[in-house]
Amino acid sequence: MSGFDWNVILNNRGLLLQGLAVSFQLTLVAIAGGMALGTVLAMCRLSRFRPLAIAAGSYVNFLRSLPLILVIFWFYILTPQIVGHPIDAYSSVLIAFTLFEAAYYCEIIRAGIASVKAGQVNAGLALGFGQFHVMRYVVLPQAFRNMLPVLLTQAIIMFQDTSIVYVVGVRDFLTAADVVANSNNRPVELYSVVAVTFLVICFTASRLVGRLQRKYAL
Amino acid sequence: MNYSWDWGLLFRSPHIGWIAQGFVTTIEMAVLAWCIAMTLGSLIGTLRTLDNPIAKRIGTLYVEIFRNVPLLAQLFLWYYVIPELLPASAQKFVKRDMADPQFWTSVVGLGCYTAARVAEQVRSGIQSIPRGQRSAALAMGFSTAQVYRYVLLPIGFRTVIPSLTNDFLGVFKNSSLALTLGVMELTAAARQIEEYTFHSFEPFAAATVLYSCVTLLVISLMRVVERRTRIAGNVGTAR
Repeated sequence: MSGFDWNVILNNRGLLLQGLAVSFQLTLVAIAGGMALGTVLAMCRLSRFRPLAIAAGSYVNFLRSLPLILVIFWFYILTPQIVGHPIDAYSSVLIAFTLFEAAYYCEIIRAGIASVKAGQVNAGLALGFGQFHVMRYVVLPQAFRNMLPVLLTQAIIMFQDTSIVYVVGVRDFLTAADVVANSNNRPVELYSVVAVTFLVICFTASRLVGRLQRKYAL
Repeated sequence: MNYSWDWGLLFRSPHIGWIAQGFVTTIEMAVLAWCIAMTLGSLIGTLRTLDNPIAKRIGTLYVEIFRNVPLLAQLFLWYYVIPELLPASAQKFVKRDMADPQFWTSVVGLGCYTAARVAEQVRSGIQSIPRGQRSAALAMGFSTAQVYRYVLLPIGFRTVIPSLTNDFLGVFKNSSLALTLGVMELTAAARQIEEYTFHSFEPFAAATVLYSCVTLLVISLMRVVERRTRIAGNVGTAR
């Protein structure tokens, strides 16, 4: 192995940074979409209307039983068929990520709500709060505090998972590095840089989550 | 949506063979990687609960590195980068003489990645045991190794069985990433059929069904194991 060549990274930094931006963008959109849909799913799962609860539960368990890569392939071939015209890989990946992550967020939110003791609800009702107000002022504030660290950890996992879009050729960070690695025949440098970058970002983020957890723990 | 369905193609040779072979490869990879993950993960998790600061730090370092780099990037490192850094003789073995390098690289990569997750479960299992158990064992004259062997590990493992089940399902699903290195596992087999027949729905549906079935099977199986190994007096999983 010849020496570590930094120039190949400096010369292609534009492409790499663009890839990193795509990874962040994917993460943010999937968090927003996944959490919105996940909350709806969690409410459905906790609903007293059985068919709705079962439908939401089946959706969540089914998606959680599949590899993300397979879900990405599904939407890559399915979305063009549904909308009736070819669609870019990036859009199909966004849909796949949102629907996939929603299943995971649903479980986190549901666990958060379930972590609030029944006595709290009873106490709220005894104080004369209505169902909605018990949810709004008693259950959700505590549930949110309990699940915040897990929600953020899931976001970090998702940021790492964005690298899987490599399989459909979306130019995320890893794919950009792969393109540069192949065109310059410098796999060692490029893949190392990818690994170290992810390590620094995710490690810092998880440390921050840990600090937050200690600060806001009930 | 106009699409001519042809479910029969799944059962025609060679397609049925590809799917069967892919399915077997997926299971093989998951099981082998799980063996690595359990062995290495138990060791690292135990290290993190020792009183020795150096052992603790080694455990933490391992977990932080393997948890904070995406699995796909780790696989690429194992396959493209690590062989370059080896001494010449080892390099020759890995690049030329090793049989089925993609498969084994994926197994090792998956195993080491999952080991970090297993380590965290083992650690939390051990740390969930009241301090008194350890003190009582030490007071009875157990050595540290015996305390772990007879007191902490048996209880710790039994408390974290549900989380370990999740991690096993994780490694089973993650084995699909091996297709990026060219391993013909289940998802790759589905793609190959798609490329040969231009039918995408049927092969992917077959893969989906197989993944779901295995997951369902493992979950039901582990529910029995959980019931059998439940520690008397604990709340356990309500069901």
